[in-house]
Amino acid sequence: MEPILKVDNINVYYGSIHAIKGVSFEVNQGEIVTLIGANGAGKSTTLNTVAGLLHSKTGSITFLGENLGHLPCHKTVSKGLALVPEGRRVFLQMSVQENLEMGAYTKPGSGVAADLEHVYELFPRLKERMRQTAGTLSGGEQQMLAMGRALMSHPKLLMLDEPSMGLAPILVEQIFDIIRSLHKAGTTILLVEQNAQAALSVADRGYVLETGKVVTTGTGAELLASPIIKKAYLGG
Amino acid sequence: MEFLSYLISGISLGSVYAIIALGYTMVYGIAKMLNFAHGDIIMVGGYISFCAMNYLGLPSIVGIILAMLVCTVLGVVIEGLAYKPLRAAPSLAVLITAIGVSYFLQNAALLVWSAAPKVYTPIISGSLSLFGGALKIPYVSILTVVVCLVIMVALTAFTNMSKMGKAMRACSEDKGAAQLMGINVNATISMTFAIGSALAAIAGVLLCSSYPTLMPTTGSMPGIKAFTAAVFGGIGSIPGAFLGGLLLGIIEAMAKAYISTNLANSIVFAVLIVVLLVKPAGLLGRYVPEKV
Ligand SMILES: Nc1ncnc2c1ncn2[C@@H]1O[C@H](COP(=O)(O)OP(=O)(O)OP(=O)(O)O)[C@@H](O)[C@H]1O
Ligand SMILES: [Mg+2]
Repeated sequence: MEPILKVDNINVYYGSIHAIKGVSFEVNQGEIVTLIGANGAGKSTTLNTVAGLLHSKTGSITFLGENLGHLPCHKTVSKGLALVPEGRRVFLQMSVQENLEMGAYTKPGSGVAADLEHVYELFPRLKERMRQTAGTLSGGEQQMLAMGRALMSHPKLLMLDEPSMGLAPILVEQIFDIIRSLHKAGTTILLVEQNAQAALSVADRGYVLETGKVVTTGTGAELLASPIIKKAYLGG
Repeated sequence: MEFLSYLISGISLGSVYAIIALGYTMVYGIAKMLNFAHGDIIMVGGYISFCAMNYLGLPSIVGIILAMLVCTVLGVVIEGLAYKPLRAAPSLAVLITAIGVSYFLQNAALLVWSAAPKVYTPIISGSLSLFGGALKIPYVSILTVVVCLVIMVALTAFTNMSKMGKAMRACSEDKGAAQLMGINVNATISMTFAIGSALAAIAGVLLCSSYPTLMPTTGSMPGIKAFTAAVFGGIGSIPGAFLGGLLLGIIEAMAKAYISTNLANSIVFAVLIVVLLVKPAGLLGRYVPEKV
């Protein structure tokens, strides 16, 4: 079966800085795939390039059989891509509900009410706070909001950039529970994490990035067991 | 009674400032730039409506609509040609460009309409007599205040309730995140310029109806005052622009009446400085530290 996302030999630059050097990877329908790597390895850059916020100088990004080329970011959303960016980036001055509505920007208005209900079911804490401005939410609640907002567009591929960043262990647990349940419900997920242990234990497959290159790949279990990975990313 | 009539003329002038300030503030909120050419759009609006009414003999309402259309197109074209290529440029470069556009518009007007002042025919004349004629309120003042209130309410409803308006707020907070929602940021910025410029056209007609001397530089002083009003109220804030505009108009009218006509402008700016010393973000603005 064709992979849902196929990234082939992308090279991404910030001015003269060569951040991504010939990265290739694939995500299959229904999988959780994780990209792990140290700070500055190029994980966020890779996700932002898939989302269309940045563009590659070479190679191709094929999503659902279509080459995204230099499609601007705002058009990738209706193709079925959604990115929960690093640092959440919810709209702090808008209410919880308005943030979620923004997530459904590309959708016809008729389905929005049902989708809101669905997201509120997934994140009951958001429902209690639907009229509050997002800036008054705690970090964990903001992360839930960012994920809920992305789900409002019914993504065929959900990309999460460090969803556990800065959260207390109990909340990290919760976020990963949600990732598992989304996976069970059939969502395909591309997950970037610092927390390699947690990411590899939910992932079907993983890719390890180092200074802009893929250095290792394998199933979640393989990578978890690999002594090199253990040493470099799992604290011994 | 005298006081009342000064107050009313202040509110009316302030309403014009408020309408102009709304354009400044919306563009600032979304494009994060000071569009110094905004004042000159007012002047263009004045000339277009003048020509439509005086040379083509069209009814004033048609003149107003024509002015709005021309200014809307002009605003969008200016944004697309002059500002859009500078989206990633430092803000100083954008500011200098805006000043350049302002001079360009003034000089273009000089070429087309010459420096000789035109006498604008108010779109509505006469006044309302109250207290047996002791207080006369020009109809144009009443119209100005009403128009300003309607615009204010409509704009607030638009930004809070409509999908496009919400998208504008999203863009003003975080353009990257807005794109991730599927919002076309460039189209949203164009839309903002379109709305701001249409408002400038209305302001031009109202301004010239109250102060009927029309010259290529007609827009610059009200433009700067309205910018001051926007900063005064808190730039980026729609109610702030409204409040700032009104207060500025009233202060100016009172200073003219009770202190000195010549000092009025200095007093207006002195008040601005004091307000900014006490509240750096303006009356209704929120102080957001610049992210680095
Ligand atoms: N806006 C930018 N301008 C210039 N260089 C950048 C920019 N953003 C990232 N880089 C550089 O690109 C490289 C990859 O950065 P990226 O943010 O993708 O790393 P990351 O793997 O997501 O790291 P982290 O785990 O810290 O989030 C880094 O060397 C970084 O310094
Ligand atoms: Mg990152």
